Amino acid sequence: MRQARTDAGLERESNGAALSGKGRTGMFQVRIHGRGGQGVVTAAELLSLAAFEEGRHAQAFPSFGSERTGAPVVAFCRIDDRAIRTREPVSEPDALIVQDPTLLHQVDVFGGLRADGYVLINSIRSLDELGLGEWVSGFRHERLLAVPASGLAREHVGQARPNAALLGGLAALTGIVSLESVVGAIRARFSGRLADGNAAAAEACFAFVREELQALSHA
Amino acid sequence: MLEQLEGSRAVARTVALCRPEVIPAYPISPQTHIVEVLSAMVKGGELRPCEFVNVESEYAAMSAAIGASATGARTYTATASQGLLYMAEALYNASGLGLPIVMTIANRAIGAPINIWNDHSDSMSQRDSGWLQLYVESNQEAVDTHVLAFRLAEELSLPVMVCMDGFILTHAYEQIDLPSQEQVDAFLPPYEPRQVLDPAEPVTIGAMVGPEAFTEVKYLAHLKQMQALEEIPGLSRELTDVLGREQDGLLRCYRCEDADTVAVALGSVLGTIEDAVDELRDRGVKIGAVGIKAFRPFPLEEVRAALGHAARVVVIEKALALGVGGIVSQNVRIALAGSAAHVYTVIAGLGGRPITTASLRRLFEDAVAERLQAMTFLDLNAELVARELERTRAKRRSGPHAENMLRDIGVVAAGPV
Repeated sequence: MRQARTDAGLERESNGAALSGKGRTGMFQVRIHGRGGQGVVTAAELLSLAAFEEGRHAQAFPSFGSERTGAPVVAFCRIDDRAIRTREPVSEPDALIVQDPTLLHQVDVFGGLRADGYVLINSIRSLDELGLGEWVSGFRHERLLAVPASGLAREHVGQARPNAALLGGLAALTGIVSLESVVGAIRARFSGRLADGNAAAAEACFAFVREELQALSHA
Repeated sequence: MLEQLEGSRAVARTVALCRPEVIPAYPISPQTHIVEVLSAMVKGGELRPCEFVNVESEYAAMSAAIGASATGARTYTATASQGLLYMAEALYNASGLGLPIVMTIANRAIGAPINIWNDHSDSMSQRDSGWLQLYVESNQEAVDTHVLAFRLAEELSLPVMVCMDGFILTHAYEQIDLPSQEQVDAFLPPYEPRQVLDPAEPVTIGAMVGPEAFTEVKYLAHLKQMQALEEIPGLSRELTDVLGREQDGLLRCYRCEDADTVAVALGSVLGTIEDAVDELRDRGVKIGAVGIKAFRPFPLEEVRAALGHAARVVVIEKALALGVGGIVSQNVRIALAGSAAHVYTVIAGLGGRPITTASLRRLFEDAVAERLQAMTFLDLNAELVARELERTRAKRRSGPHAENMLRDIGVVAAGPV
């Protein structure tokens, strides 16, 4: 069931990204915003499963509104090397996933984001085009990305549910889990074509983010 | 084997390992996932012999559970919130008749105002129903405690509620070490009822008792419940040996040996409290925490032993006894009668309001600095209350409080303006 730690841990330590400035615990906290039906809660579950497969402690839970298709939904995932005791919602995330860009002007999705935090937005538009150009100036711009996750999901899964693709993107952006663990979690949670499609979408989004980061570093 | 599991699924699979024979259940959030998984296991043949009874209400669920248990079947159900209230009459029958039903409470607030989120109002409302009540801090503890609960219930011939925080635990994914079938079987022998409805040997279960013996029957019920104070520590040690995991017994102390301030709570908030305790300990504050697992029966002596040396006891509770204040703190005060400890009541986390480490840190700092009132509502929006009181003073037909206050804070769902 559980694999040995992959090389993701080494990668994290070598680039020093995901583990820097995380306070006393080394805990990494992710908040996922989306709408009912987009697999927000499943995304948090999958991320926790990916971290678990790497031998880490992970806690995923939804923010429990009266869940309806289309209503704003939030889910959380904490990842740590030791047991996680706290049960409060994630108010100061290290990473944000925004599954639906129409939330940007409806919900305070960026609330509490750490100054060195990561942001992944599901959109075919750039952050400038999304009207975030000014906002991003206070953050590390190489950690903020828009990715066409719905398109990748449509291409690989046949439906526009972007959750698995975005987790592939998060793996590339933060290194908090490896792509292999994300794919492993997807295959543990789904089967058949749904597993293949979501795994492919995650891989495609991982590659997309890798390329974007390379382009940024050469810019 | 370690698995990353949703709390509800972990509990359902553990209940299945306990070999229940009848599960009458009615769905209600946040308990639904538990009985959904169990019904699928029964239908899929994974759990047998077991009858899953789809009933038309919680009242019917508990009534069917009483009938099933009286025939000698190991019986389980789960509910929450209004569902537990709807069972109330039958709850007293289950305990009064001495039927060892095990029920999970996925703790949730009680309306009005309607609210699906977590607090302890539901199980606290039934604290004197004659059921034993065990509150758990984590999903691992929920799993282990269900195994304990069946054995405890059947040893004493009394029903047991395992209370786990709705959503916060039931819907959380975390790593769980599920016991094996062999471990559960080693701890939990087949159910051997003390009384059974059997046509071959007819008895009456539930005879009418008049003034001549009612007090004695009730006294005995109290005595039997108090026996759990002896049983729980012993069974917990036995379960510790079987599972290889430390079981808490009646309560748990966290860094309280030399603490002059001790926080007391039930359920999942203890994890957040322990994080806050560590932060303050790092700054040299002598603070600890006590988690009460067995709330019924209430372990007076153990609570006194754990808290008697503290100067300040801060009871953080997720239910409110309207008209008087705290519930857990009332019990703690009985335990501490005659001691020098000051007991503070803190009402927190009602209707799903998050209890944060930051708020707890401020609360504990206030307690240590002797700034705390005897009763506090954590993170109360006092301005919101003041504005609503002002509206009620300004106009006779000021309207419903709930809608007025939602509109005041700009919640979209407040309806037309």
